[in-house]
Amino acid sequence: MEGRVTYDNDDLNLKATELRLGLPGTDETEDHEQAVSTARNNKRPSPDDCVIKSKSDEAAPVAKAQIVGWPPIRSYRKNTLQPKKTEAEAPGIYVKVSMDGAPYLRKIDLKVYKGYPELLKALENMFKFTIGEYSEREGYKGSEYAPTYEDKDGDWMLVGDVPWDMFMSSCKRLRIMKGSEARGLGCGV
Amino acid sequence: MIMESMRKKESPSSVVSTQFPDEVLERVFALLTSHKDRSSVSLVCKDWYNAERWSRTHVFIGNCYSVSPEILARRFPNIRSVTLKGKPRFSDFNLVPQNWGADIHAWLVAFADKYPFLEELRLKRMTVSDESLEYVAANFQNFKVLSLLSCDGFSTDGLAAIATHCKNLTELDIQENGVEDKSGSWLSCFPESFTSLEVLNFANMSAEVNFDALERLVSRCKSLKALKVNKSISLEQLQRLLVCAPQLVELGTGSFSQDLTTRHYAELENAFNNCKNIQTLSGLWEATALYLPVLYPASANLTFLNLSYAALQSGDLAKLLVHCPSLWRLWVLDTVEDKGLEAVGSYCPLLEELRVFPADPFDEEIIHGVTEEGFVAVSFGCRRLHYVLYFCRQMTNAAVATIVQNCPDFTHFRLCIMNPGQPDYVTNDPMDEAFGAVVKTCTKLRRLSVSGLLTDLTFEYIGTYAKNLETLSVAFAGSSDWGMQCVLGGCPKLRKLEIRDCPFGNKALLSGLEKYESMRSLWMSACNVTMNGCRLLAREMPRLNVEVMKEDGSDDSQADKVYVYRSVAGPRRDAPPSVLTL
Repeated sequence: MEGRVTYDNDDLNLKATELRLGLPGTDETEDHEQAVSTARNNKRPSPDDCVIKSKSDEAAPVAKAQIVGWPPIRSYRKNTLQPKKTEAEAPGIYVKVSMDGAPYLRKIDLKVYKGYPELLKALENMFKFTIGEYSEREGYKGSEYAPTYEDKDGDWMLVGDVPWDMFMSSCKRLRIMKGSEARGLGCGV
Repeated sequence: MIMESMRKKESPSSVVSTQFPDEVLERVFALLTSHKDRSSVSLVCKDWYNAERWSRTHVFIGNCYSVSPEILARRFPNIRSVTLKGKPRFSDFNLVPQNWGADIHAWLVAFADKYPFLEELRLKRMTVSDESLEYVAANFQNFKVLSLLSCDGFSTDGLAAIATHCKNLTELDIQENGVEDKSGSWLSCFPESFTSLEVLNFANMSAEVNFDALERLVSRCKSLKALKVNKSISLEQLQRLLVCAPQLVELGTGSFSQDLTTRHYAELENAFNNCKNIQTLSGLWEATALYLPVLYPASANLTFLNLSYAALQSGDLAKLLVHCPSLWRLWVLDTVEDKGLEAVGSYCPLLEELRVFPADPFDEEIIHGVTEEGFVAVSFGCRRLHYVLYFCRQMTNAAVATIVQNCPDFTHFRLCIMNPGQPDYVTNDPMDEAFGAVVKTCTKLRRLSVSGLLTDLTFEYIGTYAKNLETLSVAFAGSSDWGMQCVLGGCPKLRKLEIRDCPFGNKALLSGLEKYESMRSLWMSACNVTMNGCRLLAREMPRLNVEVMKEDGSDDSQADKVYVYRSVAGPRRDAPPSVLTL
């Protein structure tokens, strides 16, 4: 799995996935903007971004910092490739879960859950909070938390809008948003 | 040959013009398609120059800054088809600043004025905005072909404009671009009355398209011969498309893994069975052993198989290749390993081109992939091999010597040993002898990419032996200026030289003063060239454009990235602040 993280180095913002000891929600907005801007131009971020990211990358196991533009593989090939595991059965869909205000992230296997209700219950238990009632119109009403996920395109989506199978195949990581940001996602498009 | 027979008829007092009125010359020249032939013809005499320019309908511009739209229009009044290439190739690897240039718009404005009947636009590494695409849709009534390869700056909105307004479109080929993929709704913009499409390629776009719209489009475009869909198209949907278009010659599938019922599996197999004309197959994302067999009935006539998105194991590849005896072009991922390449050697005797891409290029803990053994195995089985792109983690001089002995007809030899500066892993020697063997044995070599630990000796060999070399790519190699000097002094047909992270400095740069005018371009980045060296070059050679891109925080005197190219259009006026024209 970690190999996949380094793979998407160019348009994944690594700050969202690194272990945090401080409040994780604080610099989320600027990371989000950066993720949006690199996703918009998914051909390439500036060369500086590549180098800086590789230096601050604590999550990847690669010992050397990655050299910009080496090996000479075109960006579209990096972005679209999803290497298959060598085992016959993929062991599970593990995604990281972060919660605004929590000191560290957790990881869960989406395959374990049959649908949204089980997933949300598990998250509530894991992080000791309550999610509100889901409605298509208003999102999660009744609590200050909103469960969100990053999809394959790099966009942050509200959990629950798409069919469960589609969610499972497109969810890259989960984030439980808190406070005004959460309310922003709940209302409107 | 036409020129020869015409010259024989010339009398010594050369009254060619009375014997051959312009119309005749033009009719004859209209049969010339090769650019090289046309260039030669235009140099014979003034009459021939004029006849050639009036009869030329297709123009190829390898560097968009080498000429201006005005100069082009002045010389060629009847152009219907334009091929333009923009940014230096290393922009594909993030080495060129974001807003470097190569914007198509100024060209389009000139074309709208001078070539309102323009039909074809093929662009590579150009910046194309939505506004430009809308401009094309609005200004060229006869527009037929749009091919964008490795371009950036546009979104699916621009494609929507093309689909909506270009009533005569025959080809829409959107490959490997930095597209802002807002939604797949562009595809639904083709009107119901639109039926002329012959080529549709949106394989590298991610957003889901409306499948019903796609199915209807494919059904009504009876001349469709190439269809390459994106990952969002499932196997079930693919089957329906194949039923609509069994005449396809080129097919790019969507996602090739889905839980199919037995009935759907059979239907899919049947659909492939009815596609008797397929010569090119690509896509195959997430293909698993389970579904590859549906391809077997359609594989007999396959000449090009692109498996570079399918992480196959050696066994799966072998089983598939048994059914592809006519293959002459194969692209795979290195997940097939050496064993898979042995199968290639066994089952594909007609193979001429092989590309092996790395599935995990950045993960150093991976010890899989291909080695020199796989390459050697292919060379024993595929004696016609002349084009190779090979990414590996280990290589030996001995292996390369064997490979070129088996396959002396290489025209394109691109070897990438992924760890920079890595020696022969058996002997620990530099890889000089490997590339020496390549250039000594392969006299037809036109393109070479070198890698591994290399001293100046490699470049001595190249300069001495590579007499047909046109393109050379060098990274993390060489010991001193002498290496580059050998190449510049020795390769008479060199057109493109791209170098990164090598110890070549001003002495090397300036040794090629006269050479650069006979080349398309030179790229040097992270070498030892200074601003002064570049200024000297610019001063001595006024017909070259010398551009320097500086990086933040580098020494003022260093020329971090240098791009030198010949031009009749003079220094460009659209360079961003990060690009200095000297």
